[in-house]
Amino acid sequence: MADVLVIGAGPAGLAAAYRAAQAGSTVTVVDDNPAAGGQIWRGELAKPASREARAWFEKIRSVDIAFINGARVFQQPRAGTLLAETSEGVIELNYDSLVLATGARERFLPFPGWTLPNVMGAGGLQALVKTGLPIEGKRVVVAGSGPLLLAVAAYLRTRGAHVLLIAEQAALRQLAKFGLGLVGKMSQAFSLKRQLRGVGYMSGCWVVAAHGAGKLESVTLFRGGKRWQVPCDYLACGFHLVPNVELAELLLCLVENGRVRVDQYQQTSVANIYGAGEVTGIGGLELSLVEGEIAGLAAAGKHDDARGLFPVREQQRKFARLLNNTFTLRDELRQLSAAETIVCRCEDVTFERLREHHSWRAAKLQTRCGMGPCQGRVCGGAVEFLFGWRAESVRPPALPVRVESLISSAE
Amino acid sequence: MPETVTVMVNGVSVTMPAGSMVSAAILKTGKTTFRRSVSGEPRGPLCGMGICFECRVTIDGEAHCRSCQTVCKDGMDVRTDG
Repeated sequence: MADVLVIGAGPAGLAAAYRAAQAGSTVTVVDDNPAAGGQIWRGELAKPASREARAWFEKIRSVDIAFINGARVFQQPRAGTLLAETSEGVIELNYDSLVLATGARERFLPFPGWTLPNVMGAGGLQALVKTGLPIEGKRVVVAGSGPLLLAVAAYLRTRGAHVLLIAEQAALRQLAKFGLGLVGKMSQAFSLKRQLRGVGYMSGCWVVAAHGAGKLESVTLFRGGKRWQVPCDYLACGFHLVPNVELAELLLCLVENGRVRVDQYQQTSVANIYGAGEVTGIGGLELSLVEGEIAGLAAAGKHDDARGLFPVREQQRKFARLLNNTFTLRDELRQLSAAETIVCRCEDVTFERLREHHSWRAAKLQTRCGMGPCQGRVCGGAVEFLFGWRAESVRPPALPVRVESLISSAE
Repeated sequence: MPETVTVMVNGVSVTMPAGSMVSAAILKTGKTTFRRSVSGEPRGPLCGMGICFECRVTIDGEAHCRSCQTVCKDGMDVRTDG
């Protein structure tokens, strides 16, 4: 049987690996994080927090899969081979079929004060708390957009945080539409509702500024023409999600509208390279799982079995469309930056310096926007929304690596 | 496996649950500035998942380590840059 390599150990990657291994393939999963689970199941390998996570980790343990954690894929020296950097040096990974399950990151939008320490992503603060940050008694404002805000607020509350309010930029009428389509997700929403009792959820509300001397001390919120200031210890702020398509682009897979394009078997435009989960478009946990299963089966040559899962995927895609329509970002968010607000945090490029350019390429050449260590992963989502700019290409290395890694990759 | 690990952050000892990340240990000491930006601004963790590189610090002498992707180990010497 073919060797299947899976990049990403979140739900999509785990589902792909499980199905491919079950079909008899030799499967390796590579992930940047220290442990499997991705963002949603971060830290849950040893102690799953949901029935679904537990079931999937049990499935994974029932088959033979090699896991390589703490490895960052940065280059493809030739077809069928990838290089990854680990703490012990560069490793070579060979494959017949490749599944890209690289997930998504939060979209960050600049506003005055967003670079202050203790202003974090919503998922960002959750990840920190999951990995040891004590949050008990801390005052937290959760803001931005998307269903993640609710999940994060509920989680932080279970860990003793004072969640002061949840500010969702989407309007109430949009949310009502989403609620009606949520029937299949009711049980999940229901337990969140219980966990969030007493926390204000404000639709059509957003943060216009963060304040503090050296670190966050308060935020200014805006809703319906009114502004008010709220003292807090943390701001957890993310505007829905952006697919992590950089590795797919490096491998020359077609990316359209910020998503990896796949066919019915989840195959990308490049033969034997598959895409599954958020990298093909934001759709949530259930869609990621079924896409992963289909990709894993197809990568192992089990196309008939993969077809059996198409109806489930179709159903989940409907939910995904609803989700993305609901949390569309409002135009007012484009006006949040002041002239001196930093947009590119790596190179400290201000809004004022960017708005005179017509493309990201021009802005990069003149200002270095997007050319720092994150390689545009943070400001990319912002300049896309603010100016309609998109990255044109990804060049190796896909992420900053040590010089010795580059040298050994050239040997 | 022991249930806690102890690391040094700027010379201050901090004990964390096993499996904790260095970023969480730094914040637990009360330190919120992990590094200074190219124009000298204080910065700390943003994404928490290895994407943004804002949380980079020096760990056991190696500069530019992403503290949110590095698991605490006993005796680790962590230095913030700002």
